[in-house]
Amino acid sequence: MKLKGWKELTPGAVILEAGNAVEFKTGSWRAFKPIWIKENCIQCLFCWIYCPDMAIKVRDGKREEYDYDYCKGCGICALECPGKKGKKAIVMVEEGK
Amino acid sequence: MAVQLKLKELSKKEDLFTHGHRMCSGCGAPIAVKMVLFASDYPVVACSSTGCLEVSSCISLYTAWKIPWIHSAFENAAATIAGVETMYRALRKKGKINEEIKFVTFCGDGGTYDIGLQSLSGAMERGHDMLYICYDNGAYMNTGIQRSSATPLGADTTTCPAGTSIPGKIQERKNLTRIMAAHDIPYAAQASISNWLDLMKKVRKALSLKGPKFMNILSPCNRGWRSRTDDAILLSRLAVNTCYWPLYEVENGVTRITFKPKDKKPIIDFLKPQGRFKHLFSPENDWLIKKFQEDIDKEWERLQRESPFA
Amino acid sequence: MARIVAVTGNEAVAEALRQTNPDVCAAYPITPQTDMMQRFASFVSNGKVETELILVESEHSAMSACIGASAGGGRVATATSSQGLALMWEMLFIASGTRLPIIMPVVNRALSAPLNIHGDHSDAMGARDSGWIQLWSENAQEAYDNTIQAFRIAEHMDIRLPVMICLDGFIISHSIERVEYIEDNEVRNFVGEYKPLYPLLDIDNPKSYGPLILTDLYHEYKRAQHEVMTKVKGVVLNVAQEFEKISGRKYGLFESYRLEDAEIALVILNSAAGTSKDVIDEFRERGIKAGLLKPRLFRPFPYKEVAGALKHLKAVCVLDRADSFGAYGPVFAEVSSALYQVRERPQMINKIYGLGGRDFLPQHAEQVLSELVEITKTDKVKIVKEYIGVRE
Repeated sequence: MKLKGWKELTPGAVILEAGNAVEFKTGSWRAFKPIWIKENCIQCLFCWIYCPDMAIKVRDGKREEYDYDYCKGCGICALECPGKKGKKAIVMVEEGK
Repeated sequence: MAVQLKLKELSKKEDLFTHGHRMCSGCGAPIAVKMVLFASDYPVVACSSTGCLEVSSCISLYTAWKIPWIHSAFENAAATIAGVETMYRALRKKGKINEEIKFVTFCGDGGTYDIGLQSLSGAMERGHDMLYICYDNGAYMNTGIQRSSATPLGADTTTCPAGTSIPGKIQERKNLTRIMAAHDIPYAAQASISNWLDLMKKVRKALSLKGPKFMNILSPCNRGWRSRTDDAILLSRLAVNTCYWPLYEVENGVTRITFKPKDKKPIIDFLKPQGRFKHLFSPENDWLIKKFQEDIDKEWERLQRESPFA
Repeated sequence: MARIVAVTGNEAVAEALRQTNPDVCAAYPITPQTDMMQRFASFVSNGKVETELILVESEHSAMSACIGASAGGGRVATATSSQGLALMWEMLFIASGTRLPIIMPVVNRALSAPLNIHGDHSDAMGARDSGWIQLWSENAQEAYDNTIQAFRIAEHMDIRLPVMICLDGFIISHSIERVEYIEDNEVRNFVGEYKPLYPLLDIDNPKSYGPLILTDLYHEYKRAQHEVMTKVKGVVLNVAQEFEKISGRKYGLFESYRLEDAEIALVILNSAAGTSKDVIDEFRERGIKAGLLKPRLFRPFPYKEVAGALKHLKAVCVLDRADSFGAYGPVFAEVSSALYQVRERPQMINKIYGLGGRDFLPQHAEQVLSELVEITKTDKVKIVKEYIGVRE
């Protein structure tokens, strides 16, 4: 990102573009990566509500794939996932493997 | 307007706190913020004190807030939002604003329990129509895990480290929720991100009431608590089930426990997964665990006495 | 039609606040400001203003609430003195750094320790680096006039900076003088409707105030703030020109009293300048070419103009009603910096006077002017900085 000169800055450091943090992709922070196993998913959406980084895409009330641009690999979703019949719908694997 | 408090319905709402924020992996604070914002059916204007949430959500030319948000300093979130709320009333009276807007703060225990207590008390006393939310992670985490009055008994922090002479924090935690309830405000409550529905119901109730409201939300910090990145919800649940963090509300002076653990667990269940308490398991510090358990039991008993629905 | 009244400085400023009718005011009492806010509070209680008054629990919260309210998007004012100003010190920088046009009369009072409730300039001088525009007032009329003009200066779209209006505690704030009030509707038209810039309460266009800025941008933000300060002078003069039309009174960056052909002069702020002008007249009657410069705009400091006004003099004494321990007085430091840029410049001395409300009497001005006469004869300065009116 090209750094702004003093004349280009907003007075008082006010940020006018609400939610522009989305331009900063935190996915590169991951050491571990969640994998969604669709067959074991009961669509409880616990993973979605507990995710600190809003990294689970949801459409029409159903979860879809991870937004790996932002997932920091904390593993909360995997731990909280109730799974189906004892089988988790989310597992953590090492990033890059 | 009111969206049903069902995850499926809530998931259709827009993310008003976006990803791309810089909070640590597995931090409890953004979970608390998102739950609060999902629960609100009104437009919200928010204020944060200096702290983890503030510096990580609004840094450089980026902001994760899709709602109007202001940060001014560390000890004055309550005073700052009181100013915004008053301007809102002034402009509304003059017909320059017509919407119903709710004023909420998101402040850490750092900017609330200690340095921020004066401005919080002042704002509550003056009766501003606002909801002060404290995300309590039990220390000044942003500056490197220094002790606050919200730090639990016996915890190891960088300013009260567990050493050979002094075993960590030897003062009991300040019970801020009680102090806030004692201000006789319309609503004071404790909530946990592990019990999302209870949390959201409380937010809705608070926002439906006029006047100053306070909510204390436990917010695990895996860095400061020396726990795993994936256990924010697990630890919150343990905190609730050991009655370290009882879920209750005080509405117009009436205390109501909103969640009673089926099987109250001993406090060591909450302490064991956290590295900041590992020194308490040495025999010479046993007295601290005993004291901790006593304090918890005393408070839980008091709550049960005061709660007509216990 | 102007209304001629006999009022104290506090009453006059309270009246200016009533006429400008801020949307929100957050204030905390402190002697000698108290009376001003009490009067204003009675305007609020009796519906004479539409201001929402927040009776905060400390001055720090007063400035914090003002910042919140101003960011919200409306006209904001407060007032304080001494310890109150000191308590809100961190918030002053935040108000100016966030570019919020907050108006604050400061009833100048000494800073503790020792505790003293009387008038001197240590409070506002201590805040001179805070990024606030500072206007200094000799008497109740000037305090009233400066307060009204302050709104136009602060809210100017090229400026958007907070302004403090200084008036001497007790000496002016509590003394009754003849003051001319301007008609309500003329003041109203003069200050006009408040135009918000980046209002927080515009929920359709959400914005974030108060980001964390790192080493890569902070320097630039401050450069931008410096740039704005360079535009203040021009706006102050334009506003003064417009103000003359409704008041008949002229204001500039400073007042020059019998300075054009003077050989010696005093540079002195606020009420003591009034006392000194009489002594200047006496010296003139004796054939001594004495003059006086009374700064009005202290921040930003008009270096070029002050140097221009003083460079022809042989000797100047800058009197400070505040000390900067271990250094020369604040006004002296600015005036000597201004004159440093000029090749031919007067001898300069610095006197510290009137601290903690110690009276500045005509004989003190006489003493100083006589010393300046000596200096012009010998071209020698014996001691640069000295306290006057002090018991040995």
